[in-house]
Amino acid sequence: MAKKQIHLAAHFPGVNNTTVWSDPASGSHIEFASFRHFAQTAERAKFDFLFLAEGLRLREQGGKIYDLDVMGRPDNVAILQALAAVTERIGLAGTVNSTFNEPLDVARKLATLDHLSAGRAAWNVVTSWDEFTGENFRRGGYLPKDKRYLRAQEMLATAQALWDSWAPGEVVADAAAGQFVRHGDAGRFEVRSDQFAISGRFPVPRSPQGRPVIIQAGDSEEGREFAASSADAIFTRHAELEAGQQFYADVKARLAKFGRRHEDLKILPAATFVLGDTEDEAADNARQVQYQQVGPHTAIAFAEQVWNRDLSDVDPDGPVPSFDPKTSDDVDSGAHISKGRASVRMYKDPVAVAHEWRELGEREGLSLREVVIRKNGRHTFVGTPQRVADTIDEFVQSDASDGFVLVPHITPGGMDVFADRVVPLLQEKGSFRTEYEGTTLREHLGLQPSPTTVAAVSVEA
Amino acid sequence: MTLHLAVALDGTGWHPASWREPGARADELFTAGFWVDQVREAEAGLLDLVTLEDSFALDTDRVDRVQGRLDAQLVALRVGPVTSRIGLVPTVIATHTEPFHVSTAIATLDYVTTGRAGVRIKVSSRADEYALFGRREAGAESREGLFDEAADHIEVQRRLWDSWEDDAEIRDAATGRFVDREKLHYIDFEGAHFSVRGPSITPRPPQGQPLVTALAHVDVAYRLAARGADLVFVTPGGVGRDGPTGDAEAILAQVRAEEAAVGRTGDPLHVLGDLLVVLDDSADAARERLRRLDETDGAEMRSDARILTGTVADVADVLESWHGAGLAGARLRPAVTAHDLPRITRGLVPELQRRGLFRTAYDADTLRGHFGLARPADRYATA
Repeated sequence: MAKKQIHLAAHFPGVNNTTVWSDPASGSHIEFASFRHFAQTAERAKFDFLFLAEGLRLREQGGKIYDLDVMGRPDNVAILQALAAVTERIGLAGTVNSTFNEPLDVARKLATLDHLSAGRAAWNVVTSWDEFTGENFRRGGYLPKDKRYLRAQEMLATAQALWDSWAPGEVVADAAAGQFVRHGDAGRFEVRSDQFAISGRFPVPRSPQGRPVIIQAGDSEEGREFAASSADAIFTRHAELEAGQQFYADVKARLAKFGRRHEDLKILPAATFVLGDTEDEAADNARQVQYQQVGPHTAIAFAEQVWNRDLSDVDPDGPVPSFDPKTSDDVDSGAHISKGRASVRMYKDPVAVAHEWRELGEREGLSLREVVIRKNGRHTFVGTPQRVADTIDEFVQSDASDGFVLVPHITPGGMDVFADRVVPLLQEKGSFRTEYEGTTLREHLGLQPSPTTVAAVSVEA
Repeated sequence: MTLHLAVALDGTGWHPASWREPGARADELFTAGFWVDQVREAEAGLLDLVTLEDSFALDTDRVDRVQGRLDAQLVALRVGPVTSRIGLVPTVIATHTEPFHVSTAIATLDYVTTGRAGVRIKVSSRADEYALFGRREAGAESREGLFDEAADHIEVQRRLWDSWEDDAEIRDAATGRFVDREKLHYIDFEGAHFSVRGPSITPRPPQGQPLVTALAHVDVAYRLAARGADLVFVTPGGVGRDGPTGDAEAILAQVRAEEAAVGRTGDPLHVLGDLLVVLDDSADAARERLRRLDETDGAEMRSDARILTGTVADVADVLESWHGAGLAGARLRPAVTAHDLPRITRGLVPELQRRGLFRTAYDADTLRGHFGLARPADRYATA
């Protein structure tokens, strides 16, 4: 029996402390040449797709723009479209928010990306509701928190209805017969739902993939159900074997009730890597990268996110603060020191987090900075190329994932070493393609073709 | 002074029957190669820029006409990396889009092309387009209101482009700071249709300010251009929704009057005349082509711009006379792209060069540069 195949995505290093800008190898995060280099490396390595996150507002902390991380990025769908000109096979995936966009515009952009990349487009559908981000958009921040999944679901269902509204072969372009389309009202749709009341004709004929690939991220019960019902791939944080296996089993088990097959949803944890010629060298390299990622100022900034107060007078090389965090009933209420940062919502119980940090510091004699590194700076894969390849393969073969979304810490050359040294080993194992077999991202991911029946294209909720 | 030449690309051409002509490649209309080849042809002719038409709604129910359209911004982005000098100016419908998204997408186009991005701002009052978005009522807003919103849209884009000073990125290892946040600016725009806080997520683009353009037929549109654009396309000898637009001199006078009325400072608008061209070796042959195209379509082609059927020399004569009237140049709309675009690039351009009216090589690398516009200072910079 053929081995289960690994799927790999390359995540362009983002606006995050994990992206190291102080290293001499760190290049531009905005010039097109950097994106081209990164995309062409990933394509050379036969990755399934390239992934770019989205930015809608610069982060703030303590009422000021957060200035410690790499920041400033292009519009991600725009840059993906440009990358289609300098790549041929690799998938092009971008996050597009469902709150601060309208379905007609999003569906049209993704269908265009799919046409102009010959079938390589993917959409990571994310939800958002915060007023902070809304201050840059027409709608402001009025979307109630409990409507965010509803809007995302309706946005996706609507986009899919729009993509389905043109049948395959609708465009005949028969000059001699004088017939361009088969039907005069191709693309006709009507949507009446909680969030949308739109109708008319979708302007883009069916794209090569029919429906671009749909990606979801989200660990909550709602998020898992959403992904199981309608996503082609799910991004997760579960990059540890046992947790990964549990998540994998849980999500895959949900597919049947939506009439979907086990292989219709690919589970892809986010992962980082640090390589070395020996295990010791890799460990040394990893430690060095961790210290670059969490400098003294970043350590304080991270602590401030937990303590929810100014800690500029705290010594990062001293112990974890002995006092407790300032608590607020709702970190989304606008009162929190950190804005525009999803991870802050993970600190559901900051007092407990502070206790955990303090205990760790006291037990092992670690400074605040060292504790932050221990808690936030762990790399998924550290080792020789052989060790890393073995670990990735073991993960996939033991159903802890279907592959990984890899994010290096250096732009634009951070993926080069993985492409040169790890990918060939995965290929030797027979777990990863040596050539692209298909031309579309759906084919790379082993997904079924999109449905071809033209839906009655009327969505009601 | 030489004149500026642009081509307006719209599908297979501006005549509804153009897709049925030899070489039209109508079956490739939704592929990258179709657009890349057209823009490369325009670049081979040393043109200043191409505009890309756009609308969210489809224009016809007729099965014998082209239906379907791609997002113009993304077409420009796909073409960007495989062209090198020509300006790329996609159309954006202000009425239904987020100025924040448009600003970052156009800035990205400017990065991808290292300084060749522009944008053409358009207002929509079409009921079918409103229904696609379902956010507001068609017809509920005055024409003035829609144009005011478009002016706000441009203003927000421009402020966002300036919201990062050029030297905001500092990478200061000693203090751990990647940027100097004193050089990032909130734009705090508040308008009737949107408020935008800023700053942009995208650093200031290579041109500082990508080129903003608009097509205008009436006072309210000339005013919009005077308020926010760098370049305006007008229709001498054409017909707007309110009737004939007047000749080049009359239009230019109106444009300059609006510039004075709004107190425009800095560079005056570059004014380009639109002309829909049906070209052939003789005027008779061109007229015969148009007659045949109209017959194929079953209707006489209508246009807001003047339609010229004739030779490239006839077009050169019109452009020369417009130039004499004070226009900076022209934007040509090829009736049949496959036929008329090569006649522009390989026939008209050499003719204009013979008359000393057109460049013989690109002498600038940016779209602003083609128009002799300097890279502007950042409005927020204090130093």
